[in-house]
Amino acid sequence: MAYGETPSQTVGPYFAYGLTPGQYGYDFTDIVDPTIAGPDAEGEHIRITGTVYDGEGNPVNDAMIEIWQADANGVYNDNPIDVSDTGFRGLGRCGTGTDANNRFWFDTVKPGVVEDAHAPFVNVIVFMRGMLSHAFTRFYFDDEADRNAKDAVLQSVPEDRRDTLIAKRNQTSSTSPAGIEYRIDIHMQGDRETVVFDV
Amino acid sequence: MSSFKPRDWGSHAPYIAPGYKSTILRGPTRPLVAIKPGLTEGTGPRFAPAAVRKLDFDLTKNGVTNGEPIGERIVVHGRVTDTDGRPQPNLVVEVWQANAAGRYVHKVDQHDAPLDPNFRGSGRCITDANGNYMFYTIKPGAYPWGNHFNAWRPNHIHLSLFGPGFATRLVTQMYFPGDPLLELDPIFLETKDPVARERLISKFSLDKTEEGFALGYQFDIVLRGRNATPMEN
Ligand SMILES: [Fe+3]
Repeated sequence: MAYGETPSQTVGPYFAYGLTPGQYGYDFTDIVDPTIAGPDAEGEHIRITGTVYDGEGNPVNDAMIEIWQADANGVYNDNPIDVSDTGFRGLGRCGTGTDANNRFWFDTVKPGVVEDAHAPFVNVIVFMRGMLSHAFTRFYFDDEADRNAKDAVLQSVPEDRRDTLIAKRNQTSSTSPAGIEYRIDIHMQGDRETVVFDV
Repeated sequence: MSSFKPRDWGSHAPYIAPGYKSTILRGPTRPLVAIKPGLTEGTGPRFAPAAVRKLDFDLTKNGVTNGEPIGERIVVHGRVTDTDGRPQPNLVVEVWQANAAGRYVHKVDQHDAPLDPNFRGSGRCITDANGNYMFYTIKPGAYPWGNHFNAWRPNHIHLSLFGPGFATRLVTQMYFPGDPLLELDPIFLETKDPVARERLISKFSLDKTEEGFALGYQFDIVLRGRNATPMEN
């Protein structure tokens, strides 16, 4: 190895005016925000929401979540800026400090199945004060049980922990513009500790 | 499409790093689950140069309301490469930091130091064809934090990069040479390998220093490299 990796450092408590300025009301443009797919994007429109909990079960109010996902056809869009033709960014970022209950939320479309996977999922990165390296995880969908059962990555997770990666569909939600909400909490520690991948 | 080399955990702090108290209740405790590199990890967002506006790279100008920001003007230069030394072009580098007095504009920063009406402390820039980036700013001040009695963070600038793929995402902090607080700072010290830790310290550069205007610092960033064999499709 010619060069050593630059060490990761915590995002700290004060990321908002740099990384999520629009959401937190700072006078700076966003390059990414909680809208992963706009109204014109092809596919089933959904909202993904949840809470991050620390080891004592308290909601974390200074975490930042990023999602990277394929579109409804299972294709990754590598240009999240110029999406005027598709409405699909594929990338989202949300801090947990502006919702009254410290939830994160993402407005998106349900991803299709990617070439080398068997079940639809979104990639997730968790950042917060108190983590010197970010954590990679995934969200799968509970109405995809058959595909989930064939997904190599999900099946590589110890059986009793798979549920930590599965978002629960709630059809009657009134908080989502699409009326379809998937709920999934991130537990950093404890009985329901969310699986973190060594990506 | 190729996959990325595994993270070199020897270059990073552990999730539970007791010197930095907040990690104790926030870091994952169970073993990480290995994931076979696939399509997902090899893809990642590319931000067209359009993502960076004209003044985004100049923090001495992008937050002014009625004059010049207070403090020591600096210019930070760096080169982003991977672990094989390949330059990483067209990457957005997001930066944020405290002002010269050690105060963040963030609403929950309660440190009793003045805000500067002419300094917001956030910006972004993009690497050129050779992986080089640069931004102008004000040297950030040290600030106290609640980790332990008399705890002060060394001067630092936060940086965030999406690398060429989802797997190469990096958020880090750049420090300054000769800062006496470094040897007391758990966030810095929890990267146990002293050689890896040194990579977080920028170098003063007379070459990059602009005559009569700004001191120059060099901060190179190294992201994970690619595996030699391309992925089968
Ligand atoms: Fe800081």
